[in-house]
Amino acid sequence: MAFNIYDFTTLTHDIHVGLAESFSPVLATTIEWVIVGVVYLLFVALFGLFLVYAERKVCAAFQQRLGPTRVGPWGLLQTIADFIKLLMKELIMPRKADRFLYNLAPFIVIIASFLAIAVLPFAPGLQSLDFDIGVFYLTAVSSVGVIGILLAGWSSNNKYSLIGAMRSGAQILSYELSVSLSLLTMVVFAGTMQFSAIVEGQRDAWFIFSGHIPAVIAFVVFLIAGTAETNRGPFDLAEAESELVAGFHTEYSGIKFAMFFLAEYINLFIVSAVAATVFLGGWMPLHFGNFESFNHVMDFIPPVMWFFMKVLGVIFVIMWFKWTFPRLRVDQILTLEWKYLLPINLVNILLMALVVLTKFHF
Amino acid sequence: MKSFIEYITSIFKGVWTLLIGMKVTGKYVFTPWKHVTHSYPENRDTLVMFERFRGEVIMPHDANNEHKCTGCGICELNCPNGSIEIISKSIVTPEGKKKRLIDQHIYHLGMCTLCNLCVKACPTGAIVMGQNFEHAVWDRAKLTKVLNQPGSKISEGVKE
Repeated sequence: MAFNIYDFTTLTHDIHVGLAESFSPVLATTIEWVIVGVVYLLFVALFGLFLVYAERKVCAAFQQRLGPTRVGPWGLLQTIADFIKLLMKELIMPRKADRFLYNLAPFIVIIASFLAIAVLPFAPGLQSLDFDIGVFYLTAVSSVGVIGILLAGWSSNNKYSLIGAMRSGAQILSYELSVSLSLLTMVVFAGTMQFSAIVEGQRDAWFIFSGHIPAVIAFVVFLIAGTAETNRGPFDLAEAESELVAGFHTEYSGIKFAMFFLAEYINLFIVSAVAATVFLGGWMPLHFGNFESFNHVMDFIPPVMWFFMKVLGVIFVIMWFKWTFPRLRVDQILTLEWKYLLPINLVNILLMALVVLTKFHF
Repeated sequence: MKSFIEYITSIFKGVWTLLIGMKVTGKYVFTPWKHVTHSYPENRDTLVMFERFRGEVIMPHDANNEHKCTGCGICELNCPNGSIEIISKSIVTPEGKKKRLIDQHIYHLGMCTLCNLCVKACPTGAIVMGQNFEHAVWDRAKLTKVLNQPGSKISEGVKE
């Protein structure tokens, strides 16, 4: 079995061939599904735990504190301890809650996150779904999560949950537009919706460099709208602690609360990964035109490393937003979207079309 | 047209102010050696509490085991919840005068709110706030302390 850290196509191909030789086609496909599912589950759980830890450490650094330091070296095991505590908590359900929807909601939220994560290319050959309409699929699937949030708020039979869910719904539906339009700007530039092709198109220069002004505007708009999509940062009025207890997941405890919590951080990862893939070149190393030796050094770092470096960089910026800006009111949030981001986006998409038509790019 | 220009400038102004905010917090995150948190039990040997920290009420004694307390009881009167009890004694001076002196300055640390009123009221500056904050004991009775040390007496220069 050929294993190459720079290109996973041979590895996945070998696994596929090996399974197809040993088992019947149906069984081989089933085993592949199980393997992919387990890999994604493990990745999501571990990366989610890591992100919670990273958030606490970054937050502490912004407030000149140290953050968790006691459990494990540098507090690395803190989130694992928290997770074990959450698993052991009693599941409490409000007496007049809608039982079926109440139990269904966390699964919808987390399934939406899992569906979206499937199209992201981690490295060459390390992508489970390579649609030719990848960007479209991603925007469609990522908006399914809001149904889970609305259901959670409604079925809890709690006024705080309902207000939180309604705010979240209004916010996500509005910002969905900006996310899609800023991605569409880059689709115009790339000429394709397929994620692997988008990454391949950035071999010489990342889109944020080669698309210059419109790409930079689209990147900034995507970061703002993506932060709002994940219900974080200055846009966290869906779970505003000071007003709504905990928003739509007020009535959830134990593992169900953990699911919402995990989904929130996985959505953060997805937004950052999409930003890294579409604007910052995905797993492509940093290349500068004719600096051959520099480019060779950059090629030496494996693509997986590049991908995660970029993703963690974007995540850090989004955390920076969260720990710097005060929370917006609901009318300010809608003003920001409908009066500012949307017109800017529409003008920007025209600008990008002009840039593509006049070939005024690198 | 004017409102359109205002619209455009408001966007740039908004982005600019946001960047200023990010610069401020960015300064914190990229200077991690300026953390305000102390790793407390580890740095116990080197930890110095700041001067105005109120840990407990103490009565400083000098090298001759002399303090400045006259036993006047003003601190007892000023204490809002009765954490201080003054037990005084009378002696007869060599000149034949009767004089009141402190016998026991009893201080209930378990009740004290560290409000600093007694220290402010003390006319001779006999009691001050100490910086020690490790007050955990197994027995509650240990929180009742006698501030003047056994065998101590009032120093000469203190005016009554």
